[in-house]
Amino acid sequence: MAGLTLQLLGLQLFTGVALGALYVLLAVGLSLIFGMLTVVNFAHGAFYMLGAYVGMWLLMHGVNFWLALALAPLAVGLLGLAVERTLIRPLYGRGIDYPLLLTFGLSYIIVEGVRVVFGNTGYPVDTPEILQGAVNIGVGYFPLYRLFVIAATAVILLALWLFLERTSFGLIVRAGARDPQIVRILGVDVARVWLIVFGLGTALAALAGVLAAPLQGVIPEMGGPILAEAFVVTVVGGMGSLVGAVLAGLLVGVVVSMTSLFAPEMSRVAIFALMAVVLLIKPQGFFGRAGLMS
Amino acid sequence: MLKIRGLEAWYGASHVLQKIDLDVARGEIVCLIGRNGAGKTTTLKSVAGLIDKVGGSVEFEGEELLGLPAHVRFHRGLAYVPEERRIVPGLDVRENLRLGLIASPLKKRETQAIREASMIFPRLAERITQSAITLSGGEQQMLAIARALISQPKLIMLDEPSEGIMPVLVDEMFELFGKLKSQGATILLVEQNVELALAIADRAYIIDQGAIVHHATAAALLADAEIQEKYCAV
Ligand SMILES: Nc1ncnc2c1ncn2[C@@H]1O[C@H](COP(=O)(O)OP(=O)(O)OP(=O)(O)O)[C@@H](O)[C@H]1O
Ligand SMILES: [Mg+2]
Repeated sequence: MAGLTLQLLGLQLFTGVALGALYVLLAVGLSLIFGMLTVVNFAHGAFYMLGAYVGMWLLMHGVNFWLALALAPLAVGLLGLAVERTLIRPLYGRGIDYPLLLTFGLSYIIVEGVRVVFGNTGYPVDTPEILQGAVNIGVGYFPLYRLFVIAATAVILLALWLFLERTSFGLIVRAGARDPQIVRILGVDVARVWLIVFGLGTALAALAGVLAAPLQGVIPEMGGPILAEAFVVTVVGGMGSLVGAVLAGLLVGVVVSMTSLFAPEMSRVAIFALMAVVLLIKPQGFFGRAGLMS
Repeated sequence: MLKIRGLEAWYGASHVLQKIDLDVARGEIVCLIGRNGAGKTTTLKSVAGLIDKVGGSVEFEGEELLGLPAHVRFHRGLAYVPEERRIVPGLDVRENLRLGLIASPLKKRETQAIREASMIFPRLAERITQSAITLSGGEQQMLAIARALISQPKLIMLDEPSEGIMPVLVDEMFELFGKLKSQGATILLVEQNVELALAIADRAYIIDQGAIVHHATAAALLADAEIQEKYCAV
């Protein structure tokens, strides 16, 4: 009996990590966008949902899963570029609340748009055939697809890390997040960097959406709850910190899945309780920098 | 090379610069001095493109700069070492130097350029992998100067490079400015350390309450105790 419980806990831990992986993908984008542009992107959940819908639409039209996994983030990322260029850019320098309200409104427009095109009800999405089934991971059988979500997130994070640490553009991003003025006087067109970062963030959100689709299907409202959770993750990890977003994302995922094992109705409460505790102990979150909001 | 005419600047409604005229010729070191709050930093920032509301004209090599974004002015050959927030905290010394070349056509010879730049101040070479935030104030200033020089700008604007820095390092820094001058560099220098600055400068302007109130050769100013007393005492 004890062995069985341990096994259950072990599996639930992995489930939590897989869920956390989705949070991480969303939170990393939120954090990048906030760190660079000081934009609190309330449309992030809508981009996630849009990614899931574009992915589903592609699958419905016979596009294979791998291609859909690449195309949906690409399409949504391009939309992100257009949104930054036309809607958000005019609001820079006006304070944090303008882009916040704009993206908040934009998220409603995107959700409504999807309802108009695809209807109010959701659709299930099949797990791609070669990722169906379960594998023994030592503590028991674990769905292969969830394992894939974890692995895919790890690969993306590694690529993102290499991009930030090893490329010139990455250096600009890291420097620009600390001090946009310095990169400007060193000849960098910061507006272009912000554009690309916003596009990248929305593409990551869309990727999370496609990955989530086979797990839970798609529905126009799917971006709401996960956005709230992703915000908790960025707050716990520290606004603007990528390492923080990764660690906090996994932590929140595990907390959710463990709580839902014992008291499913408490799982959302648990997230916010976690946030409250972290903020009481460390008001800037794990890796937050003081004064980022000022 | 730099020709400022009737330059005005505002922070919101407050009118900070009133019709500044200032020239810097190629190969010159020109010094801008004045009390705290006189408008020295604002003048340099206006030339660098960091002040939103400006008027008048700033010509650089015959072309108007006002209206151009800051990054374009860098590409015209203008370097600016700010008074504060000189280095990027999260990066190490080498990465800070790399930033100086990141948008420059010289990026191709980055490794060599970084080696040369860190040779300007041997302290930087010794600390090349150290996080820039852990450098002393003086070392951070040296890093900022080296980062500005690395792109081989035509004109360098320095805002109080000696501020809050150990005297030994200040000497080392001014030695460098002298050497740069002998190599033909053009420098617009803001300094509170008047004697040191005038010793290496060709000409100097005195700014007070946002207006140029005096203009003379460095030698003449150095000899003029009365003017120094009136406008430079902190
Ligand atoms: N961001 C700002 N907003 C409003 N007023 C400002 C701002 N920066 C400077 N000022 C004001 O503009 C005037 C000129 O400031 P500036 O920084 O150019 O002086 P400075 O000569 O460089 O002084 P210091 O020797 O202290 O560096 C001062 O009265 C200052 O209070
Ligand atoms: Mg100043």
